[in-house]
Amino acid sequence: MYDDQWRVWKPYVSPWDPCPPILEKAYVVPPQLFLGFQPMNMPQFSLDEALYRGTLWPALYSPYPSRRSADVKGG
Amino acid sequence: MWIYEKKLQYPVRVSKCDPRMARYLIEQYGGADGELSAALRYLNQRYTIPDRVVGLLNDIGTEEFAHLEMIATMVYKLTKDATPEQLEAAGLGPHFVNHDKALFYQDASGNPWTATYIQAKGDPIADLYEDIAAEEKARATYQWLIDYTDDVDIQDALKFLREREVVHSQRFREAVEILKADREQKKIF
Repeated sequence: MYDDQWRVWKPYVSPWDPCPPILEKAYVVPPQLFLGFQPMNMPQFSLDEALYRGTLWPALYSPYPSRRSADVKGG
Repeated sequence: MWIYEKKLQYPVRVSKCDPRMARYLIEQYGGADGELSAALRYLNQRYTIPDRVVGLLNDIGTEEFAHLEMIATMVYKLTKDATPEQLEAAGLGPHFVNHDKALFYQDASGNPWTATYIQAKGDPIADLYEDIAAEEKARATYQWLIDYTDDVDIQDALKFLREREVVHSQRFREAVEILKADREQKKIF
């Protein structure tokens, strides 16, 4: 559901790179870049869920999976 | 004036003995884009910003102090039971000889906090753009911190803090729109 918050690009790979190349690099484009002035009456999380996620607004929620563990996107 | 509530904004649990992570978390305590910088920046800028957005700087600046004590709690929990040998192995030897286990406003490389990290230009747009940039930089720092621990409980609290940066950035962007809209002047014409 939140996969559209990621952008992927492919850096140049040299035949002489010292380390195994990472073919694709990704960066986040979180929702505040696109929302503009927040419209009235947007859908809300339940209060428990909002306190857990850090925002009342699904439209502002941005998950970030750790690159350290085998974390699933959306956590 | 503030009213203090004796609890954290979000529960901080640490499940892995990992003093190494304390050394990295200090970046968000006393680093350039850390919570101390954020709180002091907003609470200082609010005096000279147009009054339509003073309340926003006041609220967000206050919340940054709540984030600051969450980071402090993580650092404290990660170091309070560590031996000098463990601290040294985690790269905290230089910190230990100067501060023992006391927290200190410094970044992950040991640079002490400095007021040059924050700006108050007096120009509302310049100040709000700095605030937006500060939120995005803090969000990025939280991402790299989340990448640097496999403690899911620390990850959980850091993900909450990262989301708050997203929301703050959104509100600062809206503050810029409010100042651009110039609603009051339109009524005069």
